[in-house]
Amino acid sequence: MSEATLERGLNAFKEQIDAPVAAFFSSCVSCGMCAEACLFYTETGDPKYTPIRKLEPLRRVWEQEYTIVGKIKSLLGLSKPVTDELLQEWQELLYDSCTMCARCSMVCPVGNDIAYMVRKAREGMVASGNAPEGVKGASMRAVKIGSPMGVTLKAVEAQIKHIEADSGLTIPMDAVGADYLVLLSSMEIMNFPEYLEALAKIFKQAKVTWTLCSTAFEATNSGIQIGSSDIARELVQRIVDGAERLKVKCVISPECGHAYTAIRWEGPNLIGKPFPFKVVHILELLDELRASGRIKTTGLESDSMTFHDPCSLVRKGGVIEEPRNLMGMVTTNFIEMQDHGKWAWCCGGGGGVSSNEDAEELRLKVFKRKKEQLEQTGADILVTACANCRLVIEEGLEEYKMEMPITGLSELVAEHLVVDETKE
Amino acid sequence: MSEPMDFLLWVRGPAFDVAALIFVIGVVVRFFEIFSLGRKANFSEPRGTEFGPGMKSVLTRSLPEPGMFKRQPLTILVGYVFHIGLLISLILFVPHIELFRETFGFGWPGLPNPLVDAAAVLSIVALLAALWHRISSPVMRILTTNEDWLVWALTFLPMLTGYIAYHRMIDPYPLALGLHILSIEALMIFFPFTKLMHAFTLFIARWYNGAMSGRRVVES
Ligand code: SF4
Ligand code: SF4
Repeated sequence: MSEATLERGLNAFKEQIDAPVAAFFSSCVSCGMCAEACLFYTETGDPKYTPIRKLEPLRRVWEQEYTIVGKIKSLLGLSKPVTDELLQEWQELLYDSCTMCARCSMVCPVGNDIAYMVRKAREGMVASGNAPEGVKGASMRAVKIGSPMGVTLKAVEAQIKHIEADSGLTIPMDAVGADYLVLLSSMEIMNFPEYLEALAKIFKQAKVTWTLCSTAFEATNSGIQIGSSDIARELVQRIVDGAERLKVKCVISPECGHAYTAIRWEGPNLIGKPFPFKVVHILELLDELRASGRIKTTGLESDSMTFHDPCSLVRKGGVIEEPRNLMGMVTTNFIEMQDHGKWAWCCGGGGGVSSNEDAEELRLKVFKRKKEQLEQTGADILVTACANCRLVIEEGLEEYKMEMPITGLSELVAEHLVVDETKE
Repeated sequence: MSEPMDFLLWVRGPAFDVAALIFVIGVVVRFFEIFSLGRKANFSEPRGTEFGPGMKSVLTRSLPEPGMFKRQPLTILVGYVFHIGLLISLILFVPHIELFRETFGFGWPGLPNPLVDAAAVLSIVALLAALWHRISSPVMRILTTNEDWLVWALTFLPMLTGYIAYHRMIDPYPLALGLHILSIEALMIFFPFTKLMHAFTLFIARWYNGAMSGRRVVES
């Protein structure tokens, strides 16, 4: 990255403004409804967290650069300029207090997609040097080491050895010609190796050919979280190169909402052309295997279970039915939270918030929303499909001294999988 | 001729033409400002379509999500009452329809005057409630700019002067009617360059939102 300056930031803001952004800013009637959808407002009551307000710097650039009225106002000296001080002040609003969960985008009466604009505004923040240190560090590690948490290939290989020794399953690495390339998130590698084991078990049973890739194992993209298309492009390119080298037909996005958005929706646009392979979320694939009868489960749980929808999967990905179908495979006692599916509330740690130390206190505070939702269900066990949500929720529950076991949906499917030994 | 009559002739004649011209040119310019920015090609493989879901959002965003109604009943209620009252007064008031018929050669049936009158009163009350809400709600206060106050006034005045003219509350009548028309001209002149423009652009905004979600098969 070249040196960050205010001028580069302003240019980045300008570059990000498109017809939807102009339509959104033109339409906002300052009604404040978006605040009611955002957990950072509902849990703090502080009006500064009103979603549309988080976009004030971008709005000013739009008005001053792309409207006649704004130009006239600037000539008359009536415009409020975007300054370094403003951007510094807005760092908290655009990073610490926004998970890009897109809940606000669902309620605005005039139809403004606020999360879409937050993603764009972050480009200007990075270019002007106003991104938080924690998120910066994560994206530097992603570029240099290959993972935002600094997980090296060696560490991945060590985990693979462990899993193989424990389970007797094989985990293929760099197998050319497999149908599926499995990506992981660092958090899964380090904190939840159960996920990889679950996949090995399910894929063996369903006879899915798959592989990991030594040059592209990380699915998350901190370039997108921080708002740097340059970094994001480099990280996506690694996956594209890896997939092409191994000649896979399909890339599987892991149990991580953000990774899915990153590779499925932003990826092709970052490299400027369609992918030569398909991208599916692991839950989409598992549901497909279920529907075609390639995997079956047994010994369903009777404990009551609820499901936390990762925002990026539902509102940004449309993966809404799949987890519900899969829940039906593992429990007879599934309880929905009151607001679920496309109306799910964020855990509070998405969009880079969980890797941003400045945001920690606020994140734990707004976790109250999820906590109350969980209490309301009265469920025994929480299931989710995102390693990041899972860690954030674990921390939140600890903070609020609430006991509730959390597990990943793929793991749970693997646990109840009917393993047909004769098929080997 | 008397002064009020001259005034009425002026607002109905040259002033109206100027206001209408600014309105039309302004709106066209604003549309151009928006659409000329374009949208980057999207290379991700769609899960669903854009056009239909976009159109659907254009309609469905008029209905609040039930959870939102519980959290912000006043905003939603006031929004509905004001907009419906405004539309009734604007397009179902017989003299308005007659004016339209004179200009364009065709019209449509209106509502009985007392009904329109009631709608207008409700709309005015809703606007006053909206003003009070804007002053007292911390979220709205922090979002509110001078433009929002201006837009409120520009909307309120035609409603108020219309009510006054209809009930002959100012003498002579030509003065009352002239003030009503003048306030509408002010609205027309400012319309393209302020948030009043949302009346048009919200369709674009809703469509983009619905289309971008539709691509991912999320109903928004
Ligand atoms: S809900 Fe929409 S129109 Fe209302 S303040 Fe938020 S962005 Fe503006
Ligand atoms: S995207 Fe989510 S966190 Fe960000 S402003 Fe909207 S509702 Fe709040």
